Amino acid sequence: MMLRAKNLILAHRLDGVSAAFQPGRITAICGPNGAGKSTLLCALAALIRADSGEVLLGDTLLCAMPTQIRAQRIGYLPQNGEVAWDVAVRSLVALGQMPRRDDAPEVVERALAALDLLPFAERPVSTLSGGERARALLARVLAGEPEWLLADEPLAALDIGHQLTLLRHLRRVADGGTGVVLVLHDLALAMNHADRVLVLDCGKLVKEGAPHEALSEQLIAQVWGIEAHWIGEHGARALVAG
Amino acid sequence: MKHPVPALLLLIALVFPLSLLAGRVWLDFTSTPNAAVILSELRLPRSVLALMVGAGLGAAGAAMQGYLRNPLADPGLFGIAPMAALGAVASFWFGVSASVWLLPMFALTGAAAGMALLALIAGRTGGIALFTLAGLMIASLAGTLTSLAISTAPNAFAMSEIVTWLMGALTDRSWHDVYLAAPLTLAGIGCLLMTGRGLDALILGDLAARSLGMRPAALQGWLIAGIGLTVGSGVAVAGIIGFVGLVVPHLVRPFTDRRPSSLIVPSALAGALLVLAADSAVRVLPLVTELRLGIALSLIGAPFFLWLLLRMRKGLA
Repeated sequence: MMLRAKNLILAHRLDGVSAAFQPGRITAICGPNGAGKSTLLCALAALIRADSGEVLLGDTLLCAMPTQIRAQRIGYLPQNGEVAWDVAVRSLVALGQMPRRDDAPEVVERALAALDLLPFAERPVSTLSGGERARALLARVLAGEPEWLLADEPLAALDIGHQLTLLRHLRRVADGGTGVVLVLHDLALAMNHADRVLVLDCGKLVKEGAPHEALSEQLIAQVWGIEAHWIGEHGARALVAG
Repeated sequence: MKHPVPALLLLIALVFPLSLLAGRVWLDFTSTPNAAVILSELRLPRSVLALMVGAGLGAAGAAMQGYLRNPLADPGLFGIAPMAALGAVASFWFGVSASVWLLPMFALTGAAAGMALLALIAGRTGGIALFTLAGLMIASLAGTLTSLAISTAPNAFAMSEIVTWLMGALTDRSWHDVYLAAPLTLAGIGCLLMTGRGLDALILGDLAARSLGMRPAALQGWLIAGIGLTVGSGVAVAGIIGFVGLVVPHLVRPFTDRRPSSLIVPSALAGALLVLAADSAVRVLPLVTELRLGIALSLIGAPFFLWLLLRMRKGLA
């Protein structure tokens, strides 16, 4: 089912954003600091209510959907990666199943296995490295088997190896039919790994399309205020500033 | 040991009979005069009450720490205990505290007023910061009014009664107190158990918890009811007994999987055990008058709190 935002307005944060998100694809939301990326992601997860406008999942208004059902269908991974108590990785991942009516330990095992976390399953979260922790938090969302996975900068603070590993996992998730929406700061990652890119600036959607269209050098100059050039082949491009 | 409940039940089963025998006079059924009456009318209700008060405070502390995601949180933070104490103090001030029912009823009315005020100020938004600040302000207001009541007490006897009662004790409690506190405490623990899933979701922070289906206002409602009933009934029958809610979850947490939901029942049992043991100890201490239970637990709790702060500082360094 499509996830659609219709004319979302939120004072000082979103200014009439409309966009449609396709299931089975990776959509990246890009933009400079303060562009409204995280706010849009929260609105798509119905975690904040816009002053006007609406978010629809299929034909159903998200805010009218029962909380439990909405939680089953939309998985959200926040930016800060907070884990308040030093629980074991397996317990952390199992939290993702909370919206489901029945516990399914095999799904938790699958999520742990998908992100290579089985060797750490019994370890406290505090003993994990940054990359392992990011994978554990993503596995938590996967354990809920949501139709939509919305992640706010899931690759921040990861080295390039872990970034690519996580992106491969996200691609597998999308190939399985889940809609994946990522807030990304790294334009090269968006260019190389997203199917579609939304560019926000000052709360407005300024461009939407395939990565090479949405992240053109002209638009980067206009939105980020820098001279930058893409080099390399399709799927392995790098952005060089200056 | 990830399931501490059986061990705690076993310890309670061991300490409970000892607490029935312990006192200024150790009960000996062969030589103590009226041993059966002392047991059934004094020791037994006192020990049962210690279990109830401790269980309520322990469970409330575990829920509070889970909700605020802070190991330094204590049930007193929400202002319900100070409001219950203010209610009880009012009964002394008006000279009706001698009644078996009126003192606890005044205390419970104070607790209910605290719960209502908290729900009124913060209940609709579900925001943790506003909720905590509202609790702190209610606690501060109740504390100030209690001080005012002490300073304007109608006579020296009333003032002395208030001050002594505020120190917390289970001395001379009867089955009336058990009948009052037990159902309220058990209902309160039931409410706190309802918060388990929401508190677990809060491990991931407020936004992620809401994305998992946690409803902040409903969670706060259960929490207010649970803490109001457990702490309110505890204060109504025993006065202010501090630090149990702070200390107990820390003692129990290493023996659980650290999810707040898995901490509530063990904390209730450990709280019951701690208060029962402490109340037995104050009875046998060789002092001229019995040490007040609230003072004894503060003497244990305050150094523990300082140790906790030092450990946290070491962790941050």
